[in-house]
Amino acid sequence: MSGAPSVLYDAPGPKAKVRNLVYSVVFLALLAAVAWFVFVALDDKGQFTSAMWSPFVQGDTWTVYLLPGLGTTLLAAVLAIVIALPVGAVFGIARLSDHVWIRVPAGVLVELFRAIPVLMLMLFANFFYDWYTDIDSDVRPLFAVVTGLVLYNGSVLAEVFRAGIESLPKGQSEAAYALGLRKTQTMLTILLPQAVTVMLPAIVSQLVVVVKDTALGSTILSFSDLLSNYRILPANYGNTIPTLVVIGLIYVVVNWVVTRLAAMLERRLSRRGRSTARPTAAASTTAVPVADMPTV
Amino acid sequence: MDFLSNYDLLGAFWTTVQLTFWSAIGALVWGIVLAGMRVSPVWLMRAFATAYVNIVRNTPLTLIVVASSLGLYQALGVSLTTDKTTAALAITNFRLAVLAFVLYTGTFVAEAVRSGINTVPVGQAEAARALGLGFFQTLTLIVLPQALRSVVAPLASVLIALTKNTTVASAIGVAEAAVLMKTMLENEGQAGTLVFAVFAIGFVILTLPVGLLLGWLSKKVAVKR
Repeated sequence: MSGAPSVLYDAPGPKAKVRNLVYSVVFLALLAAVAWFVFVALDDKGQFTSAMWSPFVQGDTWTVYLLPGLGTTLLAAVLAIVIALPVGAVFGIARLSDHVWIRVPAGVLVELFRAIPVLMLMLFANFFYDWYTDIDSDVRPLFAVVTGLVLYNGSVLAEVFRAGIESLPKGQSEAAYALGLRKTQTMLTILLPQAVTVMLPAIVSQLVVVVKDTALGSTILSFSDLLSNYRILPANYGNTIPTLVVIGLIYVVVNWVVTRLAAMLERRLSRRGRSTARPTAAASTTAVPVADMPTV
Repeated sequence: MDFLSNYDLLGAFWTTVQLTFWSAIGALVWGIVLAGMRVSPVWLMRAFATAYVNIVRNTPLTLIVVASSLGLYQALGVSLTTDKTTAALAITNFRLAVLAFVLYTGTFVAEAVRSGINTVPVGQAEAARALGLGFFQTLTLIVLPQALRSVVAPLASVLIALTKNTTVASAIGVAEAAVLMKTMLENEGQAGTLVFAVFAIGFVILTLPVGLLLGWLSKKVAVKR
């Protein structure tokens, strides 16, 4: 992207260079003005005093609050994705079934759970476990958060799996049938393994969505994840803004690592080139569901 | 079923609709500005937009909403209303929530618009430059009108996701659907499943027509190539 000049503008000549410099300076001034405004406002409230930030160089702020919180966040995210993957695979395959009585209910369920906000799924799961089961109230928020995430991401992943299977060339299943494999065998031994390879980057980047969505539980379900520290630490030190900044940075770093992982996987898979899904066909068929995926 | 009339269901969903409406307009504008910056010839603007998108997109929306209330309003004292009556807090929280949704959703709009810009054939921009149009003219007169027509479907998914995301405003006490659902689950325990069904149907009603309408629109306005 950088280096090669964009098609939208020519390589700058002497006049354009001056103009771009002027724009840069004006934009910098604008950014500086906003930064100055924020700085003054923060400084007025004494947000830059060492008392506000020193808790973050003390060991027990991390060992007692932030790291256990991060652990809970990651535990919920990993549990959710590990359970949602098989659920998504089952529903994705069910939507491709030859039987109407399997295909239609699976489709309705997938569309329904994609339309309901995750927060409401979590609220209902929390209510359900409270009312109908005797799960201990200490772990109930975790159960509720994971259930909400599984219901939502299971249905999103179902669409990912479906798109992945549909992106495979028709010859794959035809060859399998010609060899005498049954429908189930074809799906499990021929189509699904290839679809997973095609969709692996999409599945990993869904993990970013899951990590972000675990934070939903902390405000309304008193789930003690990483974000929930925004109430605990300021109660001790009165440092709301520093705490929010540090928590935000941790989320950004975790998600950045996951995103890099997805990019690495994508590069490895494209280099390996063993997948039979033609890249163009896969790209054009997956373009819709991946864009359709509410990664927001 | 009678207990449903004891609650202001329509009012709660109306707040959800209002949150979605104002946030969608703001996010569309902010997203297009960000996308424009990302493809601009000015290095600093590109760097800012790239950094902004990558940081905000990887931050949980809940954190941004909470930060807008606790950080911007309570710690910094930035009030978004001049109202002095008892409704001031509700107005402030509503506007803070909209601000948070705009800042967050704008990044997804920007990514969608940028991918739309990539679908416009190179010849279009080249022809525009050959006619002597500058960057801003090329972008706003030639490229963006075509790009926006090709991203109606992705933008529709962003809008639907935004509609669902407005429930996060419950974190700072905006009286929208999720807050009412929580209250109703607490008060009407024996009918909790019914309560959930009502809210689920409510969101299906909110999102399904929008999805169908924009899906139809995306086919209608798509640039035939």
